[in-house]
Amino acid sequence: MTAITFIDHQGTARTVDGVDGATVMETAVRHGVPGIEAECGGACACATCHVYVDAAWAEKVGQPASMEEDMLDFAFDVRPTSRLSCQIKVSAALDGLVVHTPERQA
Amino acid sequence: MSNSTTPEMISTDVVIVGAGPVGLFAVFELGLLDIKAHLIDILPKVGGQCAELYPEKPIYDIPGFPVITGQGLVENLMRQIEPFHPTFHLNQMVTELERIGTETAPRFRVTTDAGQVFDCKTVLIAAGGGSFQPKKPPIAGIDAYEEHSVFYAVRRMEALRDRTVLIVGGGDSALDWTLNLQPIARRVTLMHRRDDFRAAPHSVEQMRALVAADKMDLRIGQVTGLAGADGRLSAAICRGADNGVFEVACDTMLPFFGLTMKLGPIAEWGLNLHENLIPADTEKFETSVPGIFAVGDINTYPGKLKLILSGFHEAALAAQKVHRYVYPEKRLLFQYTTSSTSLQKKLGVN
Repeated sequence: MTAITFIDHQGTARTVDGVDGATVMETAVRHGVPGIEAECGGACACATCHVYVDAAWAEKVGQPASMEEDMLDFAFDVRPTSRLSCQIKVSAALDGLVVHTPERQA
Repeated sequence: MSNSTTPEMISTDVVIVGAGPVGLFAVFELGLLDIKAHLIDILPKVGGQCAELYPEKPIYDIPGFPVITGQGLVENLMRQIEPFHPTFHLNQMVTELERIGTETAPRFRVTTDAGQVFDCKTVLIAAGGGSFQPKKPPIAGIDAYEEHSVFYAVRRMEALRDRTVLIVGGGDSALDWTLNLQPIARRVTLMHRRDDFRAAPHSVEQMRALVAADKMDLRIGQVTGLAGADGRLSAAICRGADNGVFEVACDTMLPFFGLTMKLGPIAEWGLNLHENLIPADTEKFETSVPGIFAVGDINTYPGKLKLILSGFHEAALAAQKVHRYVYPEKRLLFQYTTSSTSLQKKLGVN
C-alpha cells in the first residue's frame, strides 16, 4: 500500500492508500477525494484530473509526456508542477506522495 | 418571395438527436423496418465521442471486434447504414422540441439553432454525454464580456474586421483562426502557455512567419484576468512562463480550450430527468413522453451500463415501438437478415 496525500486549495489534507499500478486519479476517485473530476475516465482526453505535484515530489514524479502536455493545454492555471493525475502511476517509490488539487477543474 | 436563408421544413418519421455510434446504429435498426431518419449533431462530423475524444484509441469491448479504434467503429457504422441513406444535419444543436400530436399518435416539431425545423412522428434522443460545447476558461468576470468581446466560436468572420484580437490556445482551432483573422483584424495576438503547438505543423510555420514579419504577435503565457467596462474588453491580464504579470490590449478574445459535454436544451423539453440522465423503460426505451425515446449513455434504468453495446441493443428495441407509431396499421414481422429476402433486398445484398 502506498500512501498518497491530496491537499485541496483551502489546505485540507486527505491521506489515502493507493494500490501499486493504479493511477493517482483512480486512487482519488476510489476514495471519494474531492477536487478531481476525471470526466474521460482516465483516457488522457479531458484535463479534469489536473493536480500540482508538491515541490518535494516533483522530481521523483517527473515531467509529463507529450500527449499529456497536449492535454494540459486544456487545463486552467497550469504551473511547472502540473500533471494530469490519470497519467501518474502509483508505485512504492511514491509512498508518501503529496499532490495539491486546484480550486476548480476546467 | 421565399426567404432563401430559412431552410424548408423537413417531414420525416424519426429525428435522431446525436450522430454518435448509437445514433448511427439506430439508423440501421430503423431502416430494416422501413423507417426513415434524419440525424442532428452539434459537431461538424459524425461519430460523437468516438470521433471527437478517442478516434485513435483502441476499444476492446465491441461485440465481434477484439479491437477497433473509435474512428474505425464510426467508419464501419457509416458503411453499415449506407443502404438506408440517412440525412445528416451537422454543426447544429436541437434547441426546441414541441409536442404537436397526442399520446397515442405522437408528433413533434424539432427546431435547431441553425433555423432548421423538422416535423416528425418520433424522436430518438441518442445524445450521449450531452452536446459538445466550447469549454469556458474559468476566468473571473468572463460572462460579462460574452455579448461583445469574448467568443468561443466564430460564426461570422467579417464581424471581427478591424478588431484587436487575442486568440488563446495551441491547437488547430486557435491556429486556423489566427491565420484567418490576421489579414482582416487590426492586430492579432496568439497566446499559448508554452512555445510548442499541437496544431498542424504547416499552420504553425505560417504563424511563425507572420510573427517574424511583425504582422502579428505571439505571447507565451496564460490569461488570469480581464479588464474592461460595460461588457467591452480593453485588455487581458496575463501571467508569463516566468510568473511575471503583463497585459495584452485587446477588444476581442477568442479562447480555444477544447470541448466539453453539456446536457443543454434537452433539460427544457419537459422530459423526466434523473441526475441529468433520461429515465427510459427497458422494453422499448421510451421516455416519460410517448414517442420520445432515449438510447445510449443519455438514458438511465436499473442496471444501466454506459457501454456502446448497450446503446446498440437499446436502439434495436426502440425501433420496434417506433414502427408502431410510424406504421400503426402494419403488422411487424420479426425477420432475420440471414434468411429474409426482403431484408436483404433493403440492404442491397444478394
